[in-house]
Amino acid sequence: MEYVTVIGLEVHAQLNTNTKIFCGCSTAFGAPPNTHVCPVCLGMPGVLPVLNRKVVAFAVTMGIATRCTINRESRFARKNYFYPDLPKGYQISQYELPICEHGHVDIDTNGEKKRIGITRIHMEEDAGKLSHLAGRPVSHVDLNRTGVPLIEIVSEPDIRSPEEAGAYLRKLRSILRYLGICDGNMEEGSFRCDANVSIMPAGSDTFGTRAELKNLNSFRNVEKALHYEIIRQREVIEDGGAVVQETRLWNPDRGVTTSMRGKEEAHDYRYFPDPDLLPVVVDDAWIQEIEAGLPELPDQKEQRFVGTLGLSAYDAGVLTADRELADYFEACLESYDRPKPVANWIMGPLLGRLNAEGETIAASPVAPADLAALLKLVDDGTISGKIAKTVFDDMAATGKAPGEIVTEKQLVQLSDTSAIEEIIDEVIASHPDEVAAFRGGRKKLLGFFVGQVMKATQGKANPKMVNEILQQKLQ
Amino acid sequence: MKLYELTIHAAQDLLKRREISAVDLTRSVLERIREMDSRIGAYITVAETSALAQAEAADRAISEGGGGMLTGIPLAVKDLICTRGLRTTCASRILENFVPPYDAGVIERLHAEGAVVVGKANMDEFAMGSSNENSALGVTRNPWDLSRIPGGSSGGSAAAVAADMCLGALGSDTGGSIRQPASHCGVVGLKPTYGRVSRYGLVAFASSLDQIGPLAKDVTDCAAMLSAIAGYDRRDSTAVPKPVPDYGAALRADIKGLRIGLPREYYGASGLSPEVESVIQKAVGVLEEMGARCMEISLPHAPYVVAVYYLIAPSEASSNLARYDGVKYGFRDAGREGLLEMYRSTRSKGFGPEVQRRIILGTYALSAGYYDAYYGKASQVRTLIGQDFREAFESCDVIVSPVAPTPAFRIGENVDDPLTMYLSDIFTLSANLAGIPGLSVPCGFSGGGLPIGLQIMGNHFDEETLLRVGYAFEQATDVHLRKPALDAPDGMDRQGDPE
Repeated sequence: MEYVTVIGLEVHAQLNTNTKIFCGCSTAFGAPPNTHVCPVCLGMPGVLPVLNRKVVAFAVTMGIATRCTINRESRFARKNYFYPDLPKGYQISQYELPICEHGHVDIDTNGEKKRIGITRIHMEEDAGKLSHLAGRPVSHVDLNRTGVPLIEIVSEPDIRSPEEAGAYLRKLRSILRYLGICDGNMEEGSFRCDANVSIMPAGSDTFGTRAELKNLNSFRNVEKALHYEIIRQREVIEDGGAVVQETRLWNPDRGVTTSMRGKEEAHDYRYFPDPDLLPVVVDDAWIQEIEAGLPELPDQKEQRFVGTLGLSAYDAGVLTADRELADYFEACLESYDRPKPVANWIMGPLLGRLNAEGETIAASPVAPADLAALLKLVDDGTISGKIAKTVFDDMAATGKAPGEIVTEKQLVQLSDTSAIEEIIDEVIASHPDEVAAFRGGRKKLLGFFVGQVMKATQGKANPKMVNEILQQKLQ
Repeated sequence: MKLYELTIHAAQDLLKRREISAVDLTRSVLERIREMDSRIGAYITVAETSALAQAEAADRAISEGGGGMLTGIPLAVKDLICTRGLRTTCASRILENFVPPYDAGVIERLHAEGAVVVGKANMDEFAMGSSNENSALGVTRNPWDLSRIPGGSSGGSAAAVAADMCLGALGSDTGGSIRQPASHCGVVGLKPTYGRVSRYGLVAFASSLDQIGPLAKDVTDCAAMLSAIAGYDRRDSTAVPKPVPDYGAALRADIKGLRIGLPREYYGASGLSPEVESVIQKAVGVLEEMGARCMEISLPHAPYVVAVYYLIAPSEASSNLARYDGVKYGFRDAGREGLLEMYRSTRSKGFGPEVQRRIILGTYALSAGYYDAYYGKASQVRTLIGQDFREAFESCDVIVSPVAPTPAFRIGENVDDPLTMYLSDIFTLSANLAGIPGLSVPCGFSGGGLPIGLQIMGNHFDEETLLRVGYAFEQATDVHLRKPALDAPDGMDRQGDPE
């Protein structure tokens, strides 16, 4: 039987404010355990939370960027459960009245646009971190992360495949990074995802029973875990069984999901409005101020790259997926006005090199102005495209400007007609057999002669001129 | 007259004129505590060394011509208000050895005004109770009759003031916990408007109801203490940024034309003892003689107050007390196998029966499937209760009622009957649910010589009117001047008869 997959994602994004959501402690990552703490985030008796307004501004920013309705009044609620990484015994979150609702983002799937609904975005505090000592019945608690601000972004069950899930996550991450409110690092946990997944027979309009997947700590793992889970659920059904509602844990080493807790063991979080915090009020003026400060978002940039710069949809998609990459591209265009070669050079040699080293554009060894300068040398005939590639490699290795390398290594293209003619005469004189064969009809030998000329000039001869002159002389 | 018998304002005059020193005054109070507290049990911790150091600092400030509103005045502080470096137990095993690394907002204010903190007052565990019988750290007795409860949960604060073991005290009031013990111990107690006084550093029982307030020997002292502790604190999001008036300036014995509302639902309420009712009526008569006008008003949702309170307060408490889990501080029942068993055992042993009862009640009221019927419905009715008062204050200036339906009962009398205990809060709970201020002033005595308090409730942030009415009543009577006969040679025998 054919099945349709239904996926909804819950994404937790850590907001990069300087201080925590309800106290003045630093949010910096990597400090020694329990050094970024105070009585408030430690949950000491009698202390009270005070809301960091920047968190509200960031949540509203994301809400506007994803076309949400911004609730003029929202509330914090307590989510009650016991765990050693949760010092108050409750997490301050939002429940009945979140700050943003009813938004969407558009993703590309197989070259088509698809709209994924966003149910809600709400603000909450992060919990601490436990580390369990191997072989000993001891756990350590680090509360540095306790109270670091998060937004939870909940999608509608609009996603139909693991690939769409991946595209949606990449889009959210891209938007968050464009907005500069979250660094989006899945491995470090600043961008986390839980997935609800179910399958139903094709043509059905009733969703199947869903499983919630946890521990999806990379984009790749999200897709792999979903693939695995879809097959598992199909096998359960085809074996005559029924999928049960449960939380399952992805095991990346074994490549399987395993049951963590069933519906019966699900927590009753006893949410209720937090009496220590006033309703969060966001007025029109504040929303307008935030809206006015929004940067150009990936979708808008992509449209501009296609519409105004004439890039292909594919190139525009690649270049705008990451804000820093798009910024690099645009920085090149500040001193060079042909977008297409810039796109080719970035997506080809530059990204090829960075990907091979596992680096991102932020680590580019070639500055945008230098790449632009290199392309100008090609355009004005100073060097050939082929030589440009070796110059680029030199630039990457040494950090030198292209002009400097071209001068030092005497790579300037040979475009002097008489000099080229002289070399061609020598090549013709020293290869009488090939000349005879060419004239006898083996026109393919032209490539051989070009190669000989290039060899004699260490690749510096202007290839176009070499071709033309050879053709004349071999007649 | 002994120094410990002084009111705050009398002591201030003497201090200002340098007739006494703050150290003399503090020594006198500490001496009184040593003599008396083994019989009363008002204190959990007496901070002799730090109190004397603060008194010395007060004397220096006075000699330099400085000082604040309460310089050199020895005060008691209820033991759920955090004091830096001074054990804060909440009268619970679970925090028995907890020493806060910070001062509550009100403690900072007391220190800024030069007050001397002599010790931490006993209370019902986590402020849950009306008798101080729920303290895990010792019984508190009523100075007027040592066989009786002092009221609660600020019973230690009220008993300390009544027995002259401090000049004034801070308490907290979630459902009557300042006013009811004040009434039972014959002292003045004020629950301010919600948001008037910072809750920062007040260990939470029910966050939307809790408010810190003063207990004092008379209304003038009460006003002085409120002036010192009131005001905005950015660390408490529910504190209201409203200027603090000079409450002392509001004390004029003029209540001509004052409109007093008498809720029809309160008088003749079941459980209201005829003795208390007649004392209250006489007190109302005194106010009328001074020119106040009485009118019957209605608070239609009064019958639901106890039910609403006993859903909302335990719900919030069940969440507020979750942090006492044995992981970070406080008591832990170590040596238990596994995390869950550690939690279970720590909390079963660390909390007393009343606290556990309320945690269970609140957990239930917030549970999936019950939330709407209990917490949700209670929150809606709470809104209606607030509306009752808003409407009432359109036609009257203050609402006058008993504080408690009976005088102080005997220790142990109601221990096994929590429902009766809860019902005795009927007159005080509304002010917390509505967020309005309520004052208790001594207004008479029962046939057995037990004090009875008069409750005066007012509109939001209208503490000035309450204090003025209380002050006027004081001027017209001498009830507040009577003292328990603790020092009479036969005092123990006549009043003690502990069972």
